[in-house]
Amino acid sequence: MEYIEPHAHMVSRVTDDYERLALAGCVAVCEPAFWAGFDRGGPEGFHDYFRQLTEHEPKRAARFGLRHFCWLCLNPKEAEDLTLAAEVLALIPQFLERPNVLGIGEIGLNKNSRNELRVLEMHVDLAARHNQLILVHTPHLEDKLKGTRLILDVLKNDRRIRPERVIIDHVEEHTVKLVLDRGHWAGMTLYPETKCSPARAIDILETFGTERLWLNSACDWGVSDPLAVPKAALEMRRRGHRLADIERVLYHNPRRFLSQCPKFRLSAP
Amino acid sequence: MKRMTRRQVLDLYFLDARHKLIEIAAFLDRVGRASGREDFRARAFRRALRELNGRGNDRARRVLLAFSDLTTEPIPKATATGACGAAGGGG
Ligand SMILES: [Zn+2]
Repeated sequence: MEYIEPHAHMVSRVTDDYERLALAGCVAVCEPAFWAGFDRGGPEGFHDYFRQLTEHEPKRAARFGLRHFCWLCLNPKEAEDLTLAAEVLALIPQFLERPNVLGIGEIGLNKNSRNELRVLEMHVDLAARHNQLILVHTPHLEDKLKGTRLILDVLKNDRRIRPERVIIDHVEEHTVKLVLDRGHWAGMTLYPETKCSPARAIDILETFGTERLWLNSACDWGVSDPLAVPKAALEMRRRGHRLADIERVLYHNPRRFLSQCPKFRLSAP
Repeated sequence: MKRMTRRQVLDLYFLDARHKLIEIAAFLDRVGRASGREDFRARAFRRALRELNGRGNDRARRVLLAFSDLTTEPIPKATATGACGAAGGGG
């Protein structure tokens, strides 16, 4: 079965992981910009990172027949410094026309601070001015509910933002309805300990339907599993779900959302 | 999407859930036997445990709420420490 991995941080993974993804049926991997695990020294670090995402990673993926797409931003964990944020945001427009860039992400909040919120608004404004799709990261653990509410308010307050062009990622049982009720898409992340397990993600699909939900692994430099999505497909099979339903969630849904960006094509360029 | 029967759910998930429940019991015993004071995380854990006895089929949501920061105002400045899993740590 073919599927799309809509959220993976491949710069942190070895090349073997691309091969494993391809072997498991993955046809495209989408990489939001995020925190490197340490704070970058300045805007030059982000410039290099954006080059890595738009020039280097697509080539690594292509060796295994995989399409590679990315999202650009300053991640919320480095958003406390407003000067740095302004400098990094000024770098982004020059990259937006590159062929594998899908939009602005993963923006959002981390600790729900005032400056994080300000930088989120700056990113939303950037996306609106350049007519870009938006991918939003929601905070971890005890901060998720509050952060999700604050994020939803920022998106609602900007009249230029169309809800169906925004995906709010890392939803769990206490936030999924808030997100779907606002007309956004919602992503469920299969990540050990701190996010959803496959069983819980499938519970959410059975409860809230498959209309505007997708699954991702968000594999990165932490303990995480690039094959979490096909493993969730296996879990759906174990529960007796039809192949067509599994394909809808793992292939057609991400394709439907991402195709709102005309650059998202699954065939080779 | 179609749902499983109760029998199918039990066949698939009972042993796994039993295993996790015993792990939780052993964790509480471990906390109980240990020395020193409990902190906000243990209190949040007990609050969340009470949600397991609820009747509605939204226990996972309510457990998550029991661990959540329910304030609504942004904090003045992001702290260096990350989220720890329970609200009330003051950071
Ligand atoms: Zn991510």
